[in-house]
Amino acid sequence: MAEPSPWLTVLVAALATYSWRVLGVMVAGRIDPDGPLFEWVGAVAYALLAGLTVRMIVLPISALQDTDLGCRLIAIAAAVATHRLTRGNVAIGATAGVLVLTILTAAGVRVTS
Amino acid sequence: MGAREGCGAPGLVIAGSFIGFGSLVHGSGIGLMAGLVSSATTWALPGQIAMVELYGIGASLLVSGVAVWLTNARLMPMVITLLPLLADGRSIGWRHYLVAHVIALTSWAVTLRRLPELSVEKRLAFLSGLGVTLWVISFVATAAGFWLAGSLPRPVTLGLVFLNPCYFLLLFVADLSRRASGLALAVGGVLGPTLHLIDPDWGLLATGLAGGTIAFIINRLSHRIEISRG
Repeated sequence: MAEPSPWLTVLVAALATYSWRVLGVMVAGRIDPDGPLFEWVGAVAYALLAGLTVRMIVLPISALQDTDLGCRLIAIAAAVATHRLTRGNVAIGATAGVLVLTILTAAGVRVTS
Repeated sequence: MGAREGCGAPGLVIAGSFIGFGSLVHGSGIGLMAGLVSSATTWALPGQIAMVELYGIGASLLVSGVAVWLTNARLMPMVITLLPLLADGRSIGWRHYLVAHVIALTSWAVTLRRLPELSVEKRLAFLSGLGVTLWVISFVATAAGFWLAGSLPRPVTLGLVFLNPCYFLLLFVADLSRRASGLALAVGGVLGPTLHLIDPDWGLLATGLAGGTIAFIINRLSHRIEISRG
């Protein structure tokens, strides 16, 4: 099969993404921010975000497949612990997680596979 | 004010994440210019990563388009929940269509956290300043990641790709104790990988709809019980 053009690929992705943002703006003007519908949409947003994030960590479809699941979980535990120890500093916590995963991967540590 | 915030921790996370993206762009063969245009026009990292990797394995335009579309469905409820807090009853106008482009996970989460301290008139300016700053940082970082790709060891690139989900997870951990969002986050976090195993294409959208609805119903019921108990 012929490879798709990079430019067409980028254009399709951009339109697919902006369509959701436009729909959001259109609906936002017609919805009561104190009503139950707004509360439900908020719950859907949070469930989507958490679902995507946990999926990216536990079952990556991306380059992260080259890292070990056990190492990723150890890195997340280190990130959460650092986040707690620094009284909720998200940036330092995330940096700790990245460092731990990088070091474990570089050292060739395999926990689950 | 938003621009200053963008130069702090959120800017560093965006920089690191897009350096990771830039190095994936290098590996996929899609080209630096296409990667940069993607950062400018799509500007939602999980969808961009999916696009670049599907391109790299030679997937068709339809497959990558649908994958990006489904991955980024979250943007619609995110925009719906943020905009009314910025507009305060005034009608939605062209400014909101523009600013919607810079609503992505980091700018959304940071703005929601800072809203209570900001007067309504300053909120749109805050989001715009923050969003545009992060947006510009993402181009520079994409290019930097592309050029560094040859010299960065593979574990470092992988660490940078990991930065994004790791940062988001910490943002959510901090929110778990909040009643309105905590339950939805917990249910979504469990359903996300589970439904992905059942159907990788539609699993995420199903997670949002099912998880959000479950959390919404439980919150409503428990609220009603509290009221009836007085």
